[in-house]
Amino acid sequence: MTNELDRRDFLKIAGVGVVYISGLSTVSPAQALQAHKAKDFCFVQLSDTHWGFEGAKINPDFKGTLTKAIKEVNALQVKPDFVVFTGDLTQTTDETSVRKKRMQEFKEIVAELSAPIVRYMPGEHDAALDKGETYKEFFGETHYVFDHKGVHFIAIDNVSDPTGSIGEEQLEWLKGDLSKLSPETNIVVFTHRPLFDLYPQWDWSTKDGAKAIDLLMPFKNVSVFYGHVHLENHHMTEHIAHHSAKSLMLPMPEPGSVPKRQPIPWDTAQPYKGLGFRNVSARTRRSMYDLAEYPITENGII
Amino acid sequence: MKVGNKLLISSGCLAVALLALIGQASAADSQIVKISAKRFAFTPAEITVKKGVPVTFELTTQDRSHGFAIEGTKVRTTIEPGKTTELKFTPTTSGSYNFYCDVFCGSGHDDMSGKLKVVD
Repeated sequence: MTNELDRRDFLKIAGVGVVYISGLSTVSPAQALQAHKAKDFCFVQLSDTHWGFEGAKINPDFKGTLTKAIKEVNALQVKPDFVVFTGDLTQTTDETSVRKKRMQEFKEIVAELSAPIVRYMPGEHDAALDKGETYKEFFGETHYVFDHKGVHFIAIDNVSDPTGSIGEEQLEWLKGDLSKLSPETNIVVFTHRPLFDLYPQWDWSTKDGAKAIDLLMPFKNVSVFYGHVHLENHHMTEHIAHHSAKSLMLPMPEPGSVPKRQPIPWDTAQPYKGLGFRNVSARTRRSMYDLAEYPITENGII
Repeated sequence: MKVGNKLLISSGCLAVALLALIGQASAADSQIVKISAKRFAFTPAEITVKKGVPVTFELTTQDRSHGFAIEGTKVRTTIEPGKTTELKFTPTTSGSYNFYCDVFCGSGHDDMSGKLKVVD
């Protein structure tokens, strides 16, 4: 069973955007046992920067939006332990030389982030046309795991295969990784496409995403953070929460709200509307995540 | 003789009529639709098929891999270069449906779509 989250779950925070409380509110004995290694922390999710996009009608500040976002992240009062980019770092191109140039420029720009660790994920714009070869040269593996303060993070690649699939080989890898974990483990998944069928006719799905969800289902504390859809969406597949992030280049309409999927034109009355990033506060002992959505501002000031 | 001839003629007419019916049945049993894919368009981009009559799509690509998916259904396949990919389905509801590429193929991928009309 799947369902959209109740809007009552959201708390309005003046000047920041929306804060969403994700996860369980109870602590089991097993969780308490592993709590000794858990510490609260923050991370920032940036997504769909599409560096190289030059559509002025959609975003006349296509050269400056990412820089403004970085300035805002650097100004956060509570510093994130790490920043993660959940794909489509660059705009797609047929030319390998152009792809390399864009990825190099992107790396140079995000080097301005003051966060101690920056992690990356590919989107189909980065990786689908050459099966991730160029991406790997610049950013490393397209799927990986790491542990941070009691949370097990899993980055799943559902874009290097242009059909928008994870593939049996990676699913086996995922199964093997999960086999080492207890059902109480706090798990956060990063991916680009939604693992569930948000709106397949707009390519907003992963063809074998249900297989990954099935593998994750035995674990009690799982949250998925993804990009691709260029808007904020919160969804549950049973107890697993899925949160999509806004883009930092071009906003998209709600799924099915218009006949054809296309970016929302720039609104001079509300510049940067629909663009933004997310700060996630992990309260690991309670397996909860507080999500704060930040808009992009003219001067990059929060 | 006359009676016999009449019977023969009648039998012959019946046979022709039966053959015609069989011929119609064969034609009605399937509809073959050839579609070629090339970044970032399908040719033809508009197709019309009859409701209730099985359709066989014969799909080819002139450049790279593409997808062919019909909106609102589970009907889809991947079209690989160098071969004809067959996809069979039977439309059961008349109306107009989008079909689209669901294998990322580049900058115009989002625009690669067509219209399928199902008529009574």
